Amino acid sequence: MSKIVYEKSRGLSETQLSYCPGCTHGIIHKLIAESLVELDLLERTIVISPVGCSVMAYDFFNCDGIQASHGRAPAVATGLKRTNPDKIVFTYQGDGDLAAIGTAEIVHAAHRGDNITVIFVNNAIYGMTGGQMAPTTLIDMKTSTSPLGRVEALTGKPLLVSELLSQIPSTTYIERVASHDVPHLNKAKRAVKKAFQYQAQGKGFSMVEILGTCPIGWNMTPTDAMGFVKDTMMPYFPLGVYKDEGGEA
Amino acid sequence: MKILMKGNEAICEAAIVAGCKAFFGYPITPQNEIPEYMSLNMVKAGGAFVQAESEIGAINMCYGASASGVRVMTSSSSPGIALKQEGMSYLAGANLPCVIVNVSRSGPGLGGILPAQGDYFQMTRGGGNGDYYTPVYAPFSVQEAIDLIFKAFDVADLYRTPVQMVADGMLGQMMEPCVIEPRAAINVDKSWATDGNSGKRPRNIVNSLNLSAEGLEQMNKERFARYQEIKKNETMVDNRVKDGDEIAIVAYGAPSRVAVNAVDELAARGIKAGLIRPITLWPYPYDVFQNLPSSVKNILVCELSMGQMLDDVKIGVAGRLPVHFYGRCGGAIFEPAEIADAAEKIVRGGA
Repeated sequence: MSKIVYEKSRGLSETQLSYCPGCTHGIIHKLIAESLVELDLLERTIVISPVGCSVMAYDFFNCDGIQASHGRAPAVATGLKRTNPDKIVFTYQGDGDLAAIGTAEIVHAAHRGDNITVIFVNNAIYGMTGGQMAPTTLIDMKTSTSPLGRVEALTGKPLLVSELLSQIPSTTYIERVASHDVPHLNKAKRAVKKAFQYQAQGKGFSMVEILGTCPIGWNMTPTDAMGFVKDTMMPYFPLGVYKDEGGEA
Repeated sequence: MKILMKGNEAICEAAIVAGCKAFFGYPITPQNEIPEYMSLNMVKAGGAFVQAESEIGAINMCYGASASGVRVMTSSSSPGIALKQEGMSYLAGANLPCVIVNVSRSGPGLGGILPAQGDYFQMTRGGGNGDYYTPVYAPFSVQEAIDLIFKAFDVADLYRTPVQMVADGMLGQMMEPCVIEPRAAINVDKSWATDGNSGKRPRNIVNSLNLSAEGLEQMNKERFARYQEIKKNETMVDNRVKDGDEIAIVAYGAPSRVAVNAVDELAARGIKAGLIRPITLWPYPYDVFQNLPSSVKNILVCELSMGQMLDDVKIGVAGRLPVHFYGRCGGAIFEPAEIADAAEKIVRGGA
């Protein structure tokens, strides 16, 4: 008799993912789904999807879902969590959504110390709209709105979101992880799980920043894109725990 | 029991008694009594209060709370209502109930803090992107504001739509005796709510996105079918025009109280005038202009604007009678004599 050694998490729905081949959104969804199932939180979770590549994330998780306007997912999360404090609320946002148009909403959800979890996928580009420059685009990186490469003199240096939010007094847990290989995915899952545990324990605002890939937007093969995370993104976006005031999870 | 209350505070108390469980707002004059009152009394009532980082933040908090099925309200004043339009379009698109109170001020831009009615277009023509409307209530007294807040929450729930109420600095700041008592609760099915109970039922999704042309068209047609029901069931007007009146004066909100005095003054001058006071600005009571007594030969629209509701009156009158306009704006408020003078000039000829 054969034995099941691996199966799709029941935290994911039957809907086919809309992501491009080689993009790490799918695998990040898996980490979240597995974490929610393992912590027995899935049935009382609500995911808030952003505008961007993951706009349809509400369809991919096997729980209630809300689609938010561009950048406003943390405010939607606040309204939802304040009226449903016993539920698990998380936003899933990209760098255009969270680090550009949604800066006020993310900063003030953090500032209020709202007991929510933010999964921030940083792939240094606007993926869905066709590969435009993001606040997190690296210097010299070519995008459709920085065709000669990002120029520091004109557009500044890439925004460091984990560093920024860790400076906000009311945040509880901020960690940056990566998604380009198995050891880093294992670490990423531990971080995601800890963030949800903290929320379930009422410990306040947590964000996990996950360095992701965009092979299409970066004009790379999926393998090269994994290498780009390791060799080019990680030196500028150092991995690690930026803040952890949650105590024992 | 009759109590003496300021308009802004009466609106809050009525909302709490109507079962509103959350308020999200942002400071802006002349509506500050609303978040101030809610910061104490919504919390005392066991509800949620957050002073948001912006009007955009506040309306999106409403979106999140409403998605879970609770009654929720926000308030602001004209430029802040402009900022909320993104969220109101999303609320309409996702079929979420919400009550939005606009204690309006003069504009455009930062304008001024004095009463004005320049938000008529913003409130009655959708305001945000896409095909949608929101019911708009325009009370003229503190008691009517209370009654319409109860109605606004019911209509929002029944038709799954954001609902707006427009007051102005006059109504918001004036104190009047009023009664705030619980009303009969309506039965509304909220089995669509994303309240985090997917363990007990199929998962719910709140969403305005539909990438299929036919699918989105269908969503919009379904919404507009509800709008037809709203037009049929919820249109409200205070029509005081009587047989024999020579002129009908059309005004809404607190400024219509000036028009009431103008009608009396005209009577003293020997001119029979009647008042038409739309209570819902959307849906607009167009029908009232089709059934006017034959004695009415002229219509005078009076607004604290350069003439915005004027367009709706013209649609209602449909060319059958001359439509005139008298307005003040920028925070200037007309006196009864000004309206009476304008009406007298029209009736006696020369206008």
